[in-house]
Amino acid sequence: MKPPSDLLAPPDALLESEADTSVAMENPTVGIDQTAGDFTYDVKYAYDAGSGLSEDTIRYISDVKKEASWILDFRLKAYQTFLSKPMPTHWATKDLENIDFNKIRYYLSQGTKPKRTWDEVPDDIKKTFERLGIPEQERKFLAGVEAQFDSEAAYSNVKDIVAKQGVIFCNSTEALREHPELFRKWFGKVIPTGDNKFSALNSAVFSGGSFIYVPKGVKVAMPLQAYFRINAENFGQFERTLIIADEGAEVTYMEGCTAPKFSTSTLHSAVVELVALKGAKIQYITVQNWANNVFNLVTKRAIAMEDAEVKWIDCNIGSRLTMKYPGVILKGKRARGEVISIALANDGQHQVTGAKMVHAADDTTSVIVAKSISVGQGRSTYRGVVHIPKHLKGCKNNTECDALLINSNSRTDTYPAIVVRGDTHAVQHEASVSKISEDMIFYMQQRGLTEAQAMSLAVNGFVNDLVRQFPMEYSVELKRLIDLEMEGSVG
Amino acid sequence: MPSLEIRDLFVALSATPDKPIVKGLTLTIRTGEVHAIMGPNGTGKSTLSKAIAGHPDYVITSGDVLLDGKSILAMEPDQRARAGIFLAFQYPSEIPGVTIANFVRAAVQARLAEGEDLDATAYYKRLYSKMDLLKIDRKFTSRAVNEGFSGGEKKRCEILQMAMLEPTFALMDETDSGLDIDALRIVAEGVEAMRGDKFGVMLITHYQRLLDYIVPDFVHVMYDGRIVKSGDKSLALELEAKGYDWIKQELATA
Repeated sequence: MKPPSDLLAPPDALLESEADTSVAMENPTVGIDQTAGDFTYDVKYAYDAGSGLSEDTIRYISDVKKEASWILDFRLKAYQTFLSKPMPTHWATKDLENIDFNKIRYYLSQGTKPKRTWDEVPDDIKKTFERLGIPEQERKFLAGVEAQFDSEAAYSNVKDIVAKQGVIFCNSTEALREHPELFRKWFGKVIPTGDNKFSALNSAVFSGGSFIYVPKGVKVAMPLQAYFRINAENFGQFERTLIIADEGAEVTYMEGCTAPKFSTSTLHSAVVELVALKGAKIQYITVQNWANNVFNLVTKRAIAMEDAEVKWIDCNIGSRLTMKYPGVILKGKRARGEVISIALANDGQHQVTGAKMVHAADDTTSVIVAKSISVGQGRSTYRGVVHIPKHLKGCKNNTECDALLINSNSRTDTYPAIVVRGDTHAVQHEASVSKISEDMIFYMQQRGLTEAQAMSLAVNGFVNDLVRQFPMEYSVELKRLIDLEMEGSVG
Repeated sequence: MPSLEIRDLFVALSATPDKPIVKGLTLTIRTGEVHAIMGPNGTGKSTLSKAIAGHPDYVITSGDVLLDGKSILAMEPDQRARAGIFLAFQYPSEIPGVTIANFVRAAVQARLAEGEDLDATAYYKRLYSKMDLLKIDRKFTSRAVNEGFSGGEKKRCEILQMAMLEPTFALMDETDSGLDIDALRIVAEGVEAMRGDKFGVMLITHYQRLLDYIVPDFVHVMYDGRIVKSGDKSLALELEAKGYDWIKQELATA
């Protein structure tokens, strides 16, 4: 079960030099109201791996977690892979060079065992999640919640009704301890350690993240949610998520994330692997609202077996630099993969988002719809890979990339790489760039909307057809985030 | 009585402020009155209405516009709108992805006091009653504003917004252009329904046709950036019969 990882490296078409544009990223100016997540409480950590990365750091993490020896070996090997891989600045932005791996704190926690009730969660951590509205959302519409605070989950609970169906929902530390066979079978199989420099880093120092197993035929009616919170300065969050939907199972997973706005940069580098077995359906929804000094370098990929369906809904509002291309390896016949991507890049932000669709069986279908909005000096980049090899029959891909530029100095780039061989496939690519015209804004102002309200409405209209596919609570949240961003962008 | 007073107004494009398009126009409109402004193409009619509404492409180089005796020139376009000035556009913009229902709702919401929430049930009830009046299909409200609309649909959408926002003064810029006779009648009925002592209209039109349906109290002829002749509705008929050349000749000999 080795995925064709060589196909997943960016092909030559993606190796665009960006040397000429990296200058603007060096001094990001942040004038955006991100009040929702911009607060921090002083927390005492029981476990702290200190700053910088070495084999000792990794041994420390493994020791705190009381891991089996194979996991430590896996980590140490990954560390060597991380060291051997160059920063991918030959095709990606030079801003990556501003990450100082020696200053990052790789592990901070108050313990490795999450609480099952909010009452047991220490007050300083609980008030953070209460302020973010997590317990309230859990009561209202979620089947289970995991709340990660820096390196470990502070709270993890799944509603009885879901647990009784045999659904497992816990964090990676617990999963390795309590469900090692299930975990090990797929761990690192969809995204090998050496997929890229940051997947190797994650493999070396991973902590937290979700593990979900949905048994055969079980359909989880309400979403499971994880919330990732960075609280400490100079901290690196490296969660590891593995979701397995057994044959005919269905599950929706949602993740949200915030961090306070520190003066120094923070690194978030997750690895997320999804496994949809025969006829299974997984929907994975992300609303990323990191503070504007977070490097968000995430590898997300799914494998879809026969008749399985995987849908990534990926919204990127925050961060300084995001590089993320959720992918689906369409391994079984008639498998279907879909990526819905919304990115908003404001001043000092570069959103590099897109999708990877690797067709590896007959009659597989992939759909990519990517919409990006660039505000002020914000920059959005679409990178997409669609691969359909010659020996397959009846594959379909539809790609649509739409970019909206708000100001005359906003920037957008699209790098689609579509490699299709064989003559029984149907592939379609559409791209558009539009600008919010002065006339449109004036028209809306003439009806009494302020300039910011007008911008906000225009942007919401641009993404409206995608947002309609979200669960209601998330579409409301996204609309609120767009309103906040647009408020800071005018005047 | 509320009034919209235009005093010796000079307007130019922001890009060429030394080339005035409107050149010393003076006109006072009170509520309860309908003023038709007629004139040949390129004489500054549309410029006048956009400048009053605060379009950023235009700059007022001298003169003043007063609403109830207070200058509005320092106000943002949205402040002018909320103060009661409505511009029915000759070419309304498309707003992709934003439905008419949501757009009008946002505009109504913008007029409420801070913290005050719109009563959604009452809003839809009012919206639907206005739509019935304008013979607009209910399905219309779920379409994106002006996107893919016919000329007639765009104008009806403008009138619907005007009916919902209930401005004190409406500036109607060539509302009749591109309309067939049925659409023209519906638009006119919409304006007529609002006519009364709380509503004043500046009706810009190139043709007398619309004035068969909206009978004006005053008719002004605009030529070369100024009002050169004013009268009652009979002036419009005279223009229709004699053409604009008649005005040009009269000016040349004067």
